[in-house]
Amino acid sequence: MDSTPVTGEKETRRIGRGVFLGTVAGGLSSLWWGKAVWGHISSPVSRVAEAIAPILPSKGWRIYTVAAMMPVFDSATWNLKIGGMVEQPQELSYEQLRALPQASQVSVFHCVTGWTVNGVHWRGVRFKDLLAAAKPLPGARALEFISAEKPYVDYLTLEQAMLPDVMLAWEMDGKPLLQEHGAPVRVVIPDMYGYKNVKWVEEINLVRSPEVGYWEQYGYDNDAWVGRSNGYGT
Amino acid sequence: MKAGYVRRFSRVERLLHWVNALGFFFLLATGLILYLPSLSVLVARRQLIQSLHFWSGVGWLAALALVIVLGGRRVLRTARELEAFDRDDLRWLRGGKAPQGRFNAGQKINAALTAAFTILFGVSGLLLWFGEQDTRFRFASTVILHDGLMYVSLVLLVGHLYLALIHPATRHALRGMTLGTVREDWARRHHGKWTPERQ
Repeated sequence: MDSTPVTGEKETRRIGRGVFLGTVAGGLSSLWWGKAVWGHISSPVSRVAEAIAPILPSKGWRIYTVAAMMPVFDSATWNLKIGGMVEQPQELSYEQLRALPQASQVSVFHCVTGWTVNGVHWRGVRFKDLLAAAKPLPGARALEFISAEKPYVDYLTLEQAMLPDVMLAWEMDGKPLLQEHGAPVRVVIPDMYGYKNVKWVEEINLVRSPEVGYWEQYGYDNDAWVGRSNGYGT
Repeated sequence: MKAGYVRRFSRVERLLHWVNALGFFFLLATGLILYLPSLSVLVARRQLIQSLHFWSGVGWLAALALVIVLGGRRVLRTARELEAFDRDDLRWLRGGKAPQGRFNAGQKINAALTAAFTILFGVSGLLLWFGEQDTRFRFASTVILHDGLMYVSLVLLVGHLYLALIHPATRHALRGMTLGTVREDWARRHHGKWTPERQ
C-alpha cells in the first residue's frame, strides 16, 4: 500500500458523497427546470459574455450544417430561382431581390434542440411580395426551399408562408446575413423550429403539397410549431 | 524512490487522472468546434466533428469505467478517502488554517464535482445524440445542461491548472500526479495529517 489516510479519533462525515449525489441529482432534475431558469438569467449573462469574449456565442446561436462545406455566397454570380407551378419563372439577382418591397421584424428563434435566441432583428421580403411576379398557379399549395447546402431541402404550405411574420431574410441584426446564418438569404418563420428556417436558399419551387424535408426524413415533424411538435407539449 | 521523496499517488490514481484529462481536452476541443459559431465556420465538417465528439465521449466513459473496474478495491479506497471530511477539512474550507490529509478539502470537493460532472456530461450527451433521432429522448433543457457543465468545468479547470502549473506553493503537486512521488518536506507542509509510508 502506498499511503495510509489519517483517521482515528477524529470523526469524519461523508460530505464528498453528498456533494457528488447532490450535483448529479440537481443536474438531472435540471432537464425539467433548466430552460425556464435560463430564460430568466440568460440576458444579463449574455451581456457579460459579449463584453468579455467576442468569440462566445453570447446571443445563443449554434451553427448546424449537414454538408461537408458551408456554401459560399458571391453576389456577382448568385441568383434566386423561383419556379415550379408558376406562370412566370423568375431568376432574381441579389440586387433585384433587395429592390423588392422590404419588411423588417424582431422575433424569437427557437431550435428544436432546446436553445432559443430572443430579439433577433430581421429584414427581408414577405412571400406575398416575393412571389407576386412569378404568379403561382391555382393548384400550388406549398413552397419547396432548396438550399445551396446539399441535400438540404424543406417545405412550407403557402398558408404557413403567408403568416404575417414569415419572410425571406437577407439581413440579421442590422447586417447582411453572415455565411453561417445562411448568406445571402434564409427563411424566417419564428413560430416554427429552426430546421424550417432554411439557410442558403437558392431555389424556391411552387409545388402541390409539402414533401419530406431533410430533417423530416429522420422523423422530425412536417409542421414544426414551436412548443407543440417534435415531442414538445404533445 | 529517491531519498527525501514519498509516494503520493498510486498508479491507478494517476491513470484515472490522465485518462480523464485526455478525454476531457479532446471533448472540449471537438465540443467547442460544434458550439462556437466562429469555429464552426472554420471547420465546416459538422457531421464528422459531431461523430468524433460523440464516440470519443463514449470511449472516455468506457476507459474511465475500465480503470475503475480494474482498480477495484484500490479505487474504492481512494474514493472513501476523498468523500470523508473531518473538522479540519471544514475549517480549511472556511478559509482557516487547518492541517490536511493526503487530499485537502478543496481537492475533495473538486473530485466529487468532477465525478458528478462526468456522469452528467455522459447522460446529457447521450440524450442529445439519441434525441436527434427520437423525440422520446428530447428534453428542452438537455443542451443547457450540457453547455452549463462545460462552463463550470472550464472554471474548475482554470483553477486546477493554475494551482498545478503556476502557483509556486502548490505546483510541486504536479510531480505527484506524473511520477507519483513528492518531496517529503513539501508533503509535511501541505498535508500535515498525512503519514506517507516510506519504502
